[in-house]
Formats: sequence, structure tokens, C-alpha cells
Amino acid sequence: MIYLELFLTFLKIGAFTFGGGYAMLPLIQEEVVAHKWLSLDEMIDFIAVSESTPGPFAVNISTYVGTETGGFFGALCATTGIVLPSFVIILIVARFFIAFQQNRAVKGVMVGLKPAVIGLIGSAVVGLISTVFLSNGISIEVISSPGFLSSLVILLGMIILIFKKVSPIIIILISAVLGVLSGYIFNL
Amino acid sequence: MNDKFKRALSLFATFFKIGLFTFGGGYAMIPLIEKEIVEKKKWITSDDILEVFAISESTPGPIAINSATFVGYKTAGFFGALFATLGVVLPSFTIIFILSFFIEKFKHLKAVEYAFNGIRAGVIALVIKALITMIKKCPKNAISYIIASLAFLVTVIFDLNVFIVIIACAVVGLIYHLIITSKKRGNKNDIS
Repeated sequence: MIYLELFLTFLKIGAFTFGGGYAMLPLIQEEVVAHKWLSLDEMIDFIAVSESTPGPFAVNISTYVGTETGGFFGALCATTGIVLPSFVIILIVARFFIAFQQNRAVKGVMVGLKPAVIGLIGSAVVGLISTVFLSNGISIEVISSPGFLSSLVILLGMIILIFKKVSPIIIILISAVLGVLSGYIFNL
Repeated sequence: MNDKFKRALSLFATFFKIGLFTFGGGYAMIPLIEKEIVEKKKWITSDDILEVFAISESTPGPIAINSATFVGYKTAGFFGALFATLGVVLPSFTIIFILSFFIEKFKHLKAVEYAFNGIRAGVIALVIKALITMIKKCPKNAISYIIASLAFLVTVIFDLNVFIVIIACAVVGLIYHLIITSKKRGNKNDIS
């Protein structure tokens, strides 16, 4: 049953996400893309949608995947799934407020988790790059194609802009405009 | 109507506003929560809010949800937690639900396809930036480097399941930390 599957999948993702922002990406990739609820391309597109709309990425992506696969109730199940682990765990932790942070076991687990999330996002970046740049394999033809080169120019340009503290929404807008221009110029 | 219920409603409204006006997720939400909850409403002291954020980062789940639940609970108990969490989720949920019908409709237009070709490259820059921010915040020591590179390599090369990697890293971190701290304790005992 699709509703239960959506709920359980996002419950699992919610329970294993540590840290904010894109810490969830590797898990989405593992579960949602494997379920074929989203392709990797669609996942990347949705990052852009999520950056340009308000609210946390977690809620945005669970609502979107839920709606696409199971309509309104799908969205409800997926979003409830992603929220529930946080909600329950925080309610428990809040009762032992100080004890939690001082706990040796909690500190120890974080010693492992912080770098783990970094390694996993790093590997997600490799996945994103190969999806965007090398979906047709790697060859001289691919690397010298206008599509590849314009994507490369956009990526490098945007890396420069993002480190100059340009806002993500502006980055997405500029990328979109450049994408449209190069699309029509090179007839991709 | 009792005071707690009024507070719960007020929490809902406040977090609805926070959910509606933050772009870019949990971390972007932190300054706004501070302003609304600590400065304006004075529900939580500025010392406590720092601890709320620290715990929200080290418990599972998105930071936005964690901090909403936590602030709600501290301010007005269980219903406070429920209303604050509903408030922070509702704007995203509604907007994305409506938007997903439009995404499907416009996806196949040529211009939109081109735009997304560009956007895909740009989005990678955003994720790289997020990655570097996280690297800066991570403790710089041998165990961090080892765990991060191993997690990276086993998922890239062997395509190992992400959930297994997370559990394994937590266990390794825990064992390492327990050994290190008990050694330190041992040393202290030697000196004294």
C-alpha cells in the first residue's frame, strides 16, 4: 500500500537525518530514487524548487514526493513520516534537557556522525555531478559538447558567486537564464 | 480558556510566520526564531535558545522541526510542541502541494527544460557550498578525517547503503570517544 510505504520510507529518512540543510540528500537518494518515486534529475530540479520556496527542505521534498505518488493523502503520509521521529525524540529529550547534552554516549555518537554526514554529502555531490555532466557516459564527444561546456561554465560561475555570498535564489535565477540562453543558442 | 492554550495558539501563529518567511531551510530559520521567541515574545532566554539549537543539531530529524518542537514544548508543554510543529510545517506543505500541479504542467515546455538544464548545474554549487560550511563546523582532528573519508569512499566506490554507513560511523565515534575519555579520566587519577 502506497500510503504506508510513503509514511515508513520518510519515517526512516527522518530518523536518520542528522544536521540541517542537505544532510538529508544522501538518504533521499538512497530511498526515494531507489523507489523510483523521483529520478536523480528530478531530485536536483526539486532542490532548486525548494530553495526558491519557503520552509525546510525536509518538508518540501516529502510533500512533493507524497503528492506526486499519492496525491493529498500521499503528501500527508510522507510529511507526517518525516516529522514524527523529530517530534517524538525531542519530546523525550526535552524532559532530560541538560542530561542529554552532557551525556558521554551522545557526545560519542556525534563524534562519528558529524564527519559521516560530511562524507555522505560529498558522495552525494559526486552523484549529482555525474548525473548532470556524465549522464551520456564519458567520452571526448560528451566533454566537448556545447551542453556539457555550458553546464560547466554555469557551475564554475555559480561556485564563484555563492562564495561571494550571493543569495541562492539569485543563483538559481541566473542559472536558469543562462540555461535558457545556451539552450536556444546551441539548439540543445 | 487557559493560559497554556492561548500560548499554544500564539506558538502556532509565530512558527507559521517563521515557516512562511524562511528560504533555504533549518539554518536560515535560526536567526528568525531567536528574534521572535527570545526578543519579541520572551518565551525562552537567550542562553536556553542556544542549547535548544545545539540539541536540535544533535538529535535526528530536520533542524527546523526539532527546534519548533523543542521551543513549543518548553513554552507550553505537549500542545505547545504540537502547535509549533504544525505551524512550521503548514506553509511549506500548502505551497508545495499546490506548486506540484504546476511543476507537472510546465515541465515539458522547451524553455523550462532549458532553464532546468542551467539550474541543475547551479544547484550543484549550492550543495558544494553547504558541504564546505559543514566541513568548517566539524571538529578538525584525525578521527573526523578518517570517518569522513571512509564514509565518502565506501558510498562512492562500493555503493554501500547510506543507513548502514550512518549506524557504523555512530558506533565507531561512540567507541572512540568512550576510549579517549576513559583514558583521560585514568590520567587524571594518576596525577592525583
